[in-house]
Amino acid sequence: MTKPPRTLYDKIWDEHVVEVRSDGTVLLYIDRHLVHEVTSPQAFEGLRMAGRRVRRPSGTLAVADHNVPTLGREAGISEETCRLQVEALEANVREFGVPYLPLLDDRQGIVHVVGPEQGFTLPGTTVVCGDSHTSTHGAFGALAFGIGTSEVEHVLATQCLPQRRSRNMRVRFEGRLPPGLGPKDMALRLIREIGTAGGTGCVIEFGGSAVRALSMEGRMTLCNMSIEAGARAGLVAPDETTFAYVEGRPMAPRGAAWEQAMAHWRSLASDDGAAFDLELCLDVSDLAPQTTWGTSPEYGLDITGATPDPAAAPTPVQREAWARALAYMGLEPGTPLEGLPIDVVFIGSCTNGRIEDLRAAARVAEGRRVSPAVRALVVPGSGLVKAQAEREGLDRIFLDAGFEWRQPGCSMCLGMNEDRLEPFQRCASTSNRNFEGRQGRDGRTHLVGPEMAAAAAVAGFLTDVRRFLEA
Amino acid sequence: MERFESLTGIAAPLLQANVDTDLIIPKQFLTTLVRSGLGRHLFFEIRYDRGGLELPEFVLNREPFRKASILLAGPNFGCGSSREHAPWALRDFGIRCIIAPSFADIFFNNCFANGILPIPLSLPDVEALAEIEGPLTVDLAAQIVSGAGRIWRFEMDPGRKATLLEGLDEIGRTERSLPAIEAWETGREGQRPWL
Ligand code: SF4
Repeated sequence: MTKPPRTLYDKIWDEHVVEVRSDGTVLLYIDRHLVHEVTSPQAFEGLRMAGRRVRRPSGTLAVADHNVPTLGREAGISEETCRLQVEALEANVREFGVPYLPLLDDRQGIVHVVGPEQGFTLPGTTVVCGDSHTSTHGAFGALAFGIGTSEVEHVLATQCLPQRRSRNMRVRFEGRLPPGLGPKDMALRLIREIGTAGGTGCVIEFGGSAVRALSMEGRMTLCNMSIEAGARAGLVAPDETTFAYVEGRPMAPRGAAWEQAMAHWRSLASDDGAAFDLELCLDVSDLAPQTTWGTSPEYGLDITGATPDPAAAPTPVQREAWARALAYMGLEPGTPLEGLPIDVVFIGSCTNGRIEDLRAAARVAEGRRVSPAVRALVVPGSGLVKAQAEREGLDRIFLDAGFEWRQPGCSMCLGMNEDRLEPFQRCASTSNRNFEGRQGRDGRTHLVGPEMAAAAAVAGFLTDVRRFLEA
Repeated sequence: MERFESLTGIAAPLLQANVDTDLIIPKQFLTTLVRSGLGRHLFFEIRYDRGGLELPEFVLNREPFRKASILLAGPNFGCGSSREHAPWALRDFGIRCIIAPSFADIFFNNCFANGILPIPLSLPDVEALAEIEGPLTVDLAAQIVSGAGRIWRFEMDPGRKATLLEGLDEIGRTERSLPAIEAWETGREGQRPWL
């Protein structure tokens, strides 16, 4: 009997089913659980109150990233509530025996940068974290999704989660990305196409020649943003690029186990003829650099575009939403994006804080100067990214150009630490969310890729990075 | 976990699309170590002015909506960050039920863990509910919302329904499957020794 063709998602799902319950839900086994300081205190407290322990500490890895300072952390955390939260995490990992990367450890960084770096994230695994951008790890062909604190507690206690199957969606990116563009542009273009709810209830598998051509860093950027399309998770089937990245990582298999693992990982592609509930194909060969104009990641445009007129919105709800977004962003309908003066540039986050992103930004920044009107921050995604960048001299390029070179963490992606926008400041940011108040109360965020962010820093306004390539 | 059977209460309309969890509860309140007390910070950025005073035009600052236990919301409610602080803040304010055309996945899940019933109904239905003066009644067992003599039926997954009706302890329920989990782990060790 031949088995019906299955998608990559189906394969990972099927392998992790512990039990099918009478109500149709599935008890799914969780291989890897990443824990950070903001969404875990109440989960550990719940365990304590119920007298439970952490069922599988070796499948768990904790790190503080969301509210840590990105300068002078050796002196401790000055914001009291942040300090207390990191201290609570440290006390919890000690009490429950959970592996932890301390704040001053070189391996510390944003949880979604650290997991892959350590080889904690592996193909074919299930990965969860109390953080929506857990979708990042799908770049390895892992089923990775964000969960709430109650579910964090559930996984800590049982290493399992009751789940319902998602729908399969496939997005193929074909063609060759033009110079100066990157996976962030692909992601923003997709979200523009399907909207922030376009992937709701789905796991998106990314494929096509443009995805195959991406590095692991690029695939992580793409999968990272799949949550902004509303998807439960993003996935890329593992291939030689994946194996080359994973091999030799501290927690990756070695020797005979490596060979065995590779044999399994090679089977992790959607079968020919596997059915997808939704399919979409985008050609990237004539893609323009993308930037957002409003307060939702779906409000994207080519950099050559202009803000829309709410009067032209297709529905009354959208008309209101566009008007509200324009007002919040301090923009009139029909305003060209190119030329919008920028106050702050933020290069970092789990979307674009990896070594390739810093290289891409440095290529634009090299030999140029940050505009005197702009404050520009570069925040590496992890201590290892920072060290690697320093070995390559990228820190010098940024510092010479007038960028700030900081310590790793989430930083101005969400402004829980002191890295925040002031009211009404306009920011070109490589992060993933432009929601009202996300980077600071009344702050105005334009999402862009690292090349575009560096170009904006130099120009002092949003500009088309392709001009910098010609020069 | 808290049970949910039925509820009669004031329904506050907040029909804008894509209300994200940053808007429901912004970052400055995420450093808390407990689940309680977030209700006064709910919708902080649009509920208070820069001096911390209530904005009179915001729906939850108006009568009778200050005592709302039902929220009527727009499409894709609860998108963005996975923070469970969002349902904690809603619950702490007194919201037990949210009716919207669609919800973001993680937020939807988080509601059930906190005794909040999220009900998907079409936008025209939600708009019709928003027109009703006086309280609405939500009956989970019958899967009905009613008000002003009209009724609306809603879909609900039987597993989730049972969880809320019985106030099940989800972790305790999974723990009853411990033998199956252990057997699964043992089988796995042989097959995928690198994990
Ligand atoms: S960098 Fe931003 S999006 Fe990523 S985990 Fe940190 S706060 Fe979340």
